Amino acid sequence: MTEKADVVVIGGGFMGAASAFFLRQRARSVILLERGLIGQQASGVNFGNVRRQGRYLPQLPLANRSRAIWSRLTELIGTDCEFLATGHLRICYRREDVGELEAYATHAREYGLDLELLTQRALIARYPYLGPEIVAASLSPQDGHANPRLAAPAFGRAARSAGAQIHENTEVVGVTRSGEDFLIESADGRRFSAPTLLITAGAWATQLSAQLGETAPLVVRGPQMGVTEPVPYRVEPVVGVMTNDPREVIYLRQVTRGNIVFGGGGRGPADATARRAYVLPGNILNQFRQLGRLVPDIRRLNLIRVWSGIESYLPDDCPIMGESPTVPGLYYAFGFCGHGFQLGPGVGETMAELIDTGTTEIDLAPYRIERFAEAAPIALPEVELSE
Amino acid sequence: MTAPRIIVVGAGPAGIRAAQTLVEAGVRPVVIDEGEASGGQIYRRQPNGFKRDFRQLYGTEHRRARDLHETFDALREKMDYRPRTLAWNLSEGALHIVHNGISNAVPFDGMILATGATDRLLPVRGWTTPGVYSLGASQIALKAQACAIGRRVVFIGTGPLLYLVATQYLKAGAEVAAVLDTSAFGHRLAALPLLLARPDALAKGLALIAQLRLAGITMLTGIRPIAIEAGADRNVARVHVRDARGRDRNFMCDAVAMGYHLRPETQLADLARCDFSFDPATHLWSPMTDAMGRTSVRGIYVAGDGVKISGADAAEIAGRLAAHAAIADLHSAHPAGRGAEGSVKKLLTSHRRMDRFRRGLAKGFPWPAHLAEALPDDTILCRCESVTVGSLRMAATALGAPEVNRAKAFVRVGMGRCQGRFCGPASAEILAAVLGKSTDGVGRLRGQAPVKPLPIATVPEDAS
Ligand SMILES: Cc1cc2nc3c(=O)[nH]c(=O)nc-3n(C[C@H](O)[C@H](O)[C@H](O)COP(=O)(O)OP(=O)(O)OC[C@H]3O[C@@H](n4cnc5c(N)ncnc54)[C@H](O)[C@@H]3O)c2cc1C
Ligand SMILES: Cc1cc2nc3c(=O)[nH]c(=O)nc-3n(C[C@H](O)[C@H](O)[C@H](O)COP(=O)(O)OP(=O)(O)OC[C@H]3O[C@@H](n4cnc5c(N)ncnc54)[C@H](O)[C@@H]3O)c2cc1C
Repeated sequence: MTEKADVVVIGGGFMGAASAFFLRQRARSVILLERGLIGQQASGVNFGNVRRQGRYLPQLPLANRSRAIWSRLTELIGTDCEFLATGHLRICYRREDVGELEAYATHAREYGLDLELLTQRALIARYPYLGPEIVAASLSPQDGHANPRLAAPAFGRAARSAGAQIHENTEVVGVTRSGEDFLIESADGRRFSAPTLLITAGAWATQLSAQLGETAPLVVRGPQMGVTEPVPYRVEPVVGVMTNDPREVIYLRQVTRGNIVFGGGGRGPADATARRAYVLPGNILNQFRQLGRLVPDIRRLNLIRVWSGIESYLPDDCPIMGESPTVPGLYYAFGFCGHGFQLGPGVGETMAELIDTGTTEIDLAPYRIERFAEAAPIALPEVELSE
Repeated sequence: MTAPRIIVVGAGPAGIRAAQTLVEAGVRPVVIDEGEASGGQIYRRQPNGFKRDFRQLYGTEHRRARDLHETFDALREKMDYRPRTLAWNLSEGALHIVHNGISNAVPFDGMILATGATDRLLPVRGWTTPGVYSLGASQIALKAQACAIGRRVVFIGTGPLLYLVATQYLKAGAEVAAVLDTSAFGHRLAALPLLLARPDALAKGLALIAQLRLAGITMLTGIRPIAIEAGADRNVARVHVRDARGRDRNFMCDAVAMGYHLRPETQLADLARCDFSFDPATHLWSPMTDAMGRTSVRGIYVAGDGVKISGADAAEIAGRLAAHAAIADLHSAHPAGRGAEGSVKKLLTSHRRMDRFRRGLAKGFPWPAHLAEALPDDTILCRCESVTVGSLRMAATALGAPEVNRAKAFVRVGMGRCQGRFCGPASAEILAAVLGKSTDGVGRLRGQAPVKPLPIATVPEDAS
């Protein structure tokens, strides 16, 4: 028997779970298919940064839309996912980089994001735990952080309560189009069909899109995360380094429970097929050094765990989002290049709006899948220049 | 042909015998141990300046202790021994170790993990009260530092170590308020045929119980722990249990030693991505091996209590076997590599006998899964992250966690300093009970580096 709905969503990460939820809000019937459990991949293991500043400027309208939803989570899905608008501090170590912070702040204002520039003196007064090498910072007061382990599953539960059919442990192996409908088959032989298909399968998305004749140069990597033992809550904002030296990249946040979560440095290898991402021991030791520069007292703590996750990247550091140019009824939202957690709720709302109304206020032109066919290939940087 | 690079992690009975066997085959092993000195848990050496003799320290095992210590000391020139060094991570072909705050990578062709065991704990109301120690810790205090954890101590839990440590405390002059065992006398009877595989060890165990009885110590079997209660000074003051006949019993004390036998330290095997299997007799996960100690990953061997809790004598045999396997696999050209068949055969035979005894212990002192399942909601389960039993149940019911890693993601149980090594066994039982699944059906906590907490101040070797 074939299970039918208005929309089938493949991939229950943050993007898929949020899309299913917002599609239900628009009274569309939805089937969400997830290979494992909702939010178990990148969406459940990321750093938890709900950061707008530092993003590619044209992405700010989408990030702003998402940020507005982050404040309404309790009302929408019944839990705040531990979201805290603690502020996000982007610091730099060199006088010559201050100009870049200033320029970004000027442009960001045009997109409705107000940033506050802080001199070294102001920083020391406000955040006495910061290291002496820091010369300036940009504060985004309304950014913050949340618990990634809770967010996508919470959207999944809310979508289910709102009537979405959510099938976990359901791996899609076949996608075809027949007549007006997409036919979707799972590894265990179940069938689903819908006139609209949304692929939100993260690092695995092109395996599905390729079956419908479209692909993109997706590369998978594993950002490197770690966490300390808990200590009294003191570091409110998320703190990240702006630098052109990849070895200097580090970012951290403290959860109210007290543990300090951090990430940064080179991206580790990830294997999408084996579903494994590796943390490189050498990278951990470099992170230690960088953490000590950012917050010197952290040297007195212990690391208790490291982890990574499988994230997909595209050469221009922007995702693929929108409708397929060749297959009617086919939509994509994947390849979030290490920045997708903050965007999750906004992507869900935008994709639901696009599918429901055929249009959206968000400019998706930079995220067209066909852009790679047009452009010469660009090498993917092996490093992370921001969180 | 050059000898393979082989690392032995752990200088307890298993690691020492492995190192010795490797040296005999012309290999110069790197031996890593985080302890101050070699000897491992049972044959732990006392700090410099302490003057207890072998008999005083190791009782009936003093000859073995002396033999192992002397063997290891005689090997010193023939191996690269690194004490006070923690193996904290593993990457492709290299072990990452840290000593005095400096980390470096040691490449290897083969590695024998002889990492021993730690206490297996079962939470109870009040178990985080000051004055409550794990059984192993109470013994370490005595063995290493000649300190008792209190003047009047209650021993609670199950397993042979419960009686051993109680006897050691008695000898050291502490008052043993009671020995409270969750397993029943009937369990011991049922285990007898298996325990008879080692009449010597069985006799030693019975002698311990006789000594305690002679000293008039209260010993209860088949008890159910209810609570550990604090006094006005907030230190532990009382242990409340229900005895086999359902009567409430209270024991006044100023310290509690608690342990439910032991669990293997398997983090490195996990980081090496060895396949694990669940043992229904003990409800423990451990790396799968062949009779020699080969894991599913080429070049990685495991031996001793770091795989299965079989005790020190079995650990010595397993250490030798794993070394023979490593030599056969990686250094077969060496003369000692051949010609070892005879001794390997003998070792295998005695190891099988030891394993029978191990199963006997598991049967005689069973892990009380039913008690874990029945813990009240307000009991602290994960002490590192202060997660209660009720939160874990909520992760399964309200949030739909079908297995332990998902539950960890939702409510942090097993996410703290110990990485679930101490709360993991009880968590699995609680989750399984709520979900109506078998214990292995709720899975196994995935391990991550570091093996134990690593100071952020650690620097790489080349940067120092
Ligand atoms: C370690 C790490 C740290 C990060 N830190 C941050 C951060 O701080 N801030 C930020 O904004 N972003 C961060 N990111 C990025 C962010 O996590 C991702 O961009 C975002 O979660 C992507 O969501 P997704 O739903 O597209 O992908 P995923 O969460 O990977 O979801 C894709 C889902 O599709 C499923 N799937 C795939 N193929 C199939 C199939 N054939 N059938 C059925 N299901 C299928 C998968 O099982 C998976 O659950 C980080 C990422 C990682 C890995
Ligand atoms: C606290 C405690 C007390 C015990 N007391 C007794 C007793 O009195 N009598 C008895 O018969 N049995 C006792 N046992 C049981 C004990 O496990 C065995 O008797 C025996 O010691 C097992 O030998 P082994 O070589 O397998 O492990 P162990 O003797 O435990 O040796 C393992 C060694 O590995 C080292 N190690 C582990 N991980 C790492 C790492 N990542 N990096 C560096 N080094 C590492 C440890 O420091 C240790 O020295 C005790 C166990 C424990 C945990």
